[in-house]
Amino acid sequence: MNNPQLTKNGELKHLLSIEGLPRAILNHILDTAESFVGVAEREVKKVPLLRGKTVCNIFFENSTRTRTTFEIAAKRLSADVINLNVNTSSQSKGETILDTVDNLIAMHADMFVVRHSQSGAAHLIARHVAPHIHVINAGDGRHAHPTQGLLDVFTIRRYKPEMHNLRVAIVGDVLHSRVARSEIHALTTLGVPEVRVIGPQTLLPQDVERLGVQVYHDMRAGLKDVDVVMMLRLQNERMNGALLPSAQEYFKCFGLTPEKLALARPDAIVMHPGPMNRGVEIDSAVADGAQSVILPQVTYGIAVRMAVMSILAGNTE
Amino acid sequence: MKIHIKNGRLIDPRNGIDAVRDIFIAAGKVVGIGGVPADMADFHASQTMDATGHIVCPGLVDLSARLREPGFEYKATLESELRAAAAGGVTSLACPPDTDPVLDEPGLVEMLKHRAKLLNLAHVYPLGALTRQLEGRNLTEMCELTDAGCVGFSHGDAALTDTLVLRRAMQYAATFGFTVWLRPEDAYLAKNGVAHDGEVAARLGLAGIPASAETIALGTILTLARETGARVHLCRLSTRDGLEMVRQARSQGLVVSCDIAVNHLHLTEHDIGFFDAHCHLRPPLRTQRDRDALRQGLADGTVDAICSDHTPVDDDAKLAPFAESEPGATGLELLLPLTLKWAQEAGASLPDALARITSEPAGLLGIDAGHLTVGAAADLCIFDPEQYWKVEHKSLQSQGKNTPFLGLELAGKVRWTLVGGHVVHQA
Repeated sequence: MNNPQLTKNGELKHLLSIEGLPRAILNHILDTAESFVGVAEREVKKVPLLRGKTVCNIFFENSTRTRTTFEIAAKRLSADVINLNVNTSSQSKGETILDTVDNLIAMHADMFVVRHSQSGAAHLIARHVAPHIHVINAGDGRHAHPTQGLLDVFTIRRYKPEMHNLRVAIVGDVLHSRVARSEIHALTTLGVPEVRVIGPQTLLPQDVERLGVQVYHDMRAGLKDVDVVMMLRLQNERMNGALLPSAQEYFKCFGLTPEKLALARPDAIVMHPGPMNRGVEIDSAVADGAQSVILPQVTYGIAVRMAVMSILAGNTE
Repeated sequence: MKIHIKNGRLIDPRNGIDAVRDIFIAAGKVVGIGGVPADMADFHASQTMDATGHIVCPGLVDLSARLREPGFEYKATLESELRAAAAGGVTSLACPPDTDPVLDEPGLVEMLKHRAKLLNLAHVYPLGALTRQLEGRNLTEMCELTDAGCVGFSHGDAALTDTLVLRRAMQYAATFGFTVWLRPEDAYLAKNGVAHDGEVAARLGLAGIPASAETIALGTILTLARETGARVHLCRLSTRDGLEMVRQARSQGLVVSCDIAVNHLHLTEHDIGFFDAHCHLRPPLRTQRDRDALRQGLADGTVDAICSDHTPVDDDAKLAPFAESEPGATGLELLLPLTLKWAQEAGASLPDALARITSEPAGLLGIDAGHLTVGAAADLCIFDPEQYWKVEHKSLQSQGKNTPFLGLELAGKVRWTLVGGHVVHQA
């Protein structure tokens, strides 16, 4: 099966998912991102790599935070940026995703950053666009959020450079999480030997161990001696129902408290893709504590997205 | 019109014939096998077909082909799909009731039968709706529908969650000896699901349909079949465990039959690859273990028949994110080549393989078809088993061009299809 993200020469053409990408490509993105971390600290926060290019953020699903970080990344690369929030009503009027994309192609966009509530939407668009256009998946349903996965491993690499010697735990709603899937692929591709997922059976996908992770239902056992704790967001609508009885019980069993964190390695770092539900999946004392690297994650997110955009723009067939 | 088909290898599974035999046809019926009957010594064929190197078999009988009429003519029309049937060598087909309007009134069934008869491309045997509007509440007029031409009663892919209604529908059908056709799927477990609940769904972030959706529904259906004595045909089994339940029920004496869809004979969840919407099917493609069990079940006779599960979908309906794409695949023209492919891979004999798409399904439908006895209707398929053809838009007659096999070369090219002694397809 051809990987739809790669050119015939094996270069990154679209970023749709971490799955199937070679370690060399991930390392290239992370190394490139290192060079962009400094840009933000300069007085002139711009480099001309995407000058004259048009980046189009198409968000079929609302997200101010992710869209903003992509917008900042594109602008720091000197690209022109168009933001399009396609509300659900124009979709329900019968305009298909591809109709929307065709309209933007007609406006000569060079790169699409796409978010959609359905798994596979970015793949669909990538199959459809002309060869010179690049597609970045900014989150598709439960499937993938590759730039988040990349910025997470970038953050880990900064704090824990020896990736081949780490124990990482991903905690919470893995079933509905595109972030978790991208994190798992990024970690296993980069050679992290032990990736654990921790959660109740209702929030873990069937056969998740086939993704190369170890499954824990007991948070205390799962956190034992880990170097990195990656928390996941629990959506409000999933807190009371057939998946979980209540937010309170969830916090009791799977919320990250200082007491549970103490079971991890003393120098363990705590991560969260945001936005956080304090008191549901994470205690404020942990979120704001010394081991938290949640805010650096946001900062690095821009550098990683700059790296992805600049690499894609340089790879044309 | 008198036809002489010469030098072909006649395979008639029901009559146990596999030999080079000439066939003689007159007045729409088979009048001679291997020679001209004595009282027709002056037989002068108005058409002679040289079937050298070809296989001559009974016209195929398909247990599930959606023709999309009435109601979904933008997806396909009766004419386009019956032409597809003819091109695929299918001369008799059963169509499920999930049209719009639903086939729950005798007038609609008569109209469909009438329209099909005018086209004269294949025999159409409607399955009537088991409940009105397929809403799972009120029974349909099964006797009236049977008089209008229904050969059984089905719930299509619609949910029938109320087990009391299901039990009553089976009791009522059993009263008159009608067959109830059910695809076992628990509506709650299958709700919103689009792929097998396993590794691929976990990877791609697709909502899953667990195997238990099939086995739980099967448990209900088999229990009610025992209790009511209703004659049940199980449509499109997809799991190893489901098949095992059927095997056990039979060993305990329950009379129950089942079919599988030809796609599930070859494909697994992994064929979804990177969200290939052509593999969005109902039931979902399952694991390799399930696929192998279906093949085994076919070989050992647990599975009675293979159906095309023909479901033409327009191109736009597949150009959507996987979960939003419409499930289904075109199949009438692939039933024969994909059955041959299975036979070759599984080492099954041609007569045994062809039985699963001719005599066996005809028996399940209770129709006089699927054999070439002297005196039978001249419904035939003549095909070249060695000739490869490429599955692509232009090679398919069906209005639906959606199939996971697009781009593949398959062996088994239909040369002639005859319905009632008329040539309805020639290539």
